[in-house]
Amino acid sequence: MSIQSNVEVHTEWGIVSARQAGRNLAKDAGFGNVDQARIATAISELARNIYLYAEKGEIVIQYVEDTESPVSKRGIKIIAKDKGPGISNIRDVMEDGFTTSGGLGAGLPGVKRLMDEFDIHSTAGEGTEITAIKWLR
Amino acid sequence: MRIPILKLHKYLLISVQVELDDQTALQFQEDLLNKIHQEGSIGVVIDLTSVEMIDSYIAKVLGDVVEMSNLMGAKVVLTGIQPAVAITLIDMGIMLNEVPTALDLEQGLEKLQQELEG
Ligand SMILES: Nc1ncnc2c1ncn2[C@@H]1O[C@H](COP(=O)(O)OP(=O)(O)OP(=O)(O)O)[C@@H](O)[C@H]1O
Ligand SMILES: [Mg+2]
Repeated sequence: MSIQSNVEVHTEWGIVSARQAGRNLAKDAGFGNVDQARIATAISELARNIYLYAEKGEIVIQYVEDTESPVSKRGIKIIAKDKGPGISNIRDVMEDGFTTSGGLGAGLPGVKRLMDEFDIHSTAGEGTEITAIKWLR
Repeated sequence: MRIPILKLHKYLLISVQVELDDQTALQFQEDLLNKIHQEGSIGVVIDLTSVEMIDSYIAKVLGDVVEMSNLMGAKVVLTGIQPAVAITLIDMGIMLNEVPTALDLEQGLEKLQQELEG
């Protein structure tokens, strides 16, 4: 059982590979069917955003353990990073329906709802790093 | 990768059995519209039983193809959407509004018949 998957995203195939890698890791980690689909979908959204807006970047999927909380938790963490144009209006892009590409604008707000934790750091002109975690229940 | 489109009388039947990458989805959109035109089909059933994930892009392509088909005069019913897929779509806030759905191919065909006759 691999502990981490790194997928380069610079083609549409990268999107497919990333979400398949995510689904496999999620299954190995013990996630049920629905959470596997949530994780795969979240990865697909993040990978597509990299491909569309930053041209290339990387998706890292790894197991995480939180030993600090009273009950120790295990889960899967997705890190999506690129050195693309960055996002200057983070509040806007987190709104349902906000899109600059004629999409549904469901991607980022969707990822936030699909996962348990969501964190976005972006600097205009430098790039974007998004981290999302799903905990095993 | 091309998704096969079967003809049954005035209907077209599609069972999506492959991983829907962007290119495949777009190709399918085009193929379906051409086939509707060619065959003069009045109804289409797209069965998604084997589809394990629908993200916002694929959802948009599917929603669009339903609308485009309607524009051409063919009714489309989506069938077999898996529980996990339905849950993720709702989590994402994606409503495939006004898209007729049914549990499986058979019921999809029945629904088409009802809609077209009624
Ligand atoms: N990695 C990124 N780098 C730069 N801009 C981004 C990045 N990811 C998202 N954005 C911006 O945020 C907007 C919202 O993204 P989101 O994924 O929510 O919707 P979308 O991609 O436009 O449509 P959908 O995902 O529903 O197909 C995008 O239109 C784009 O302008
Ligand atoms: Mg997006």
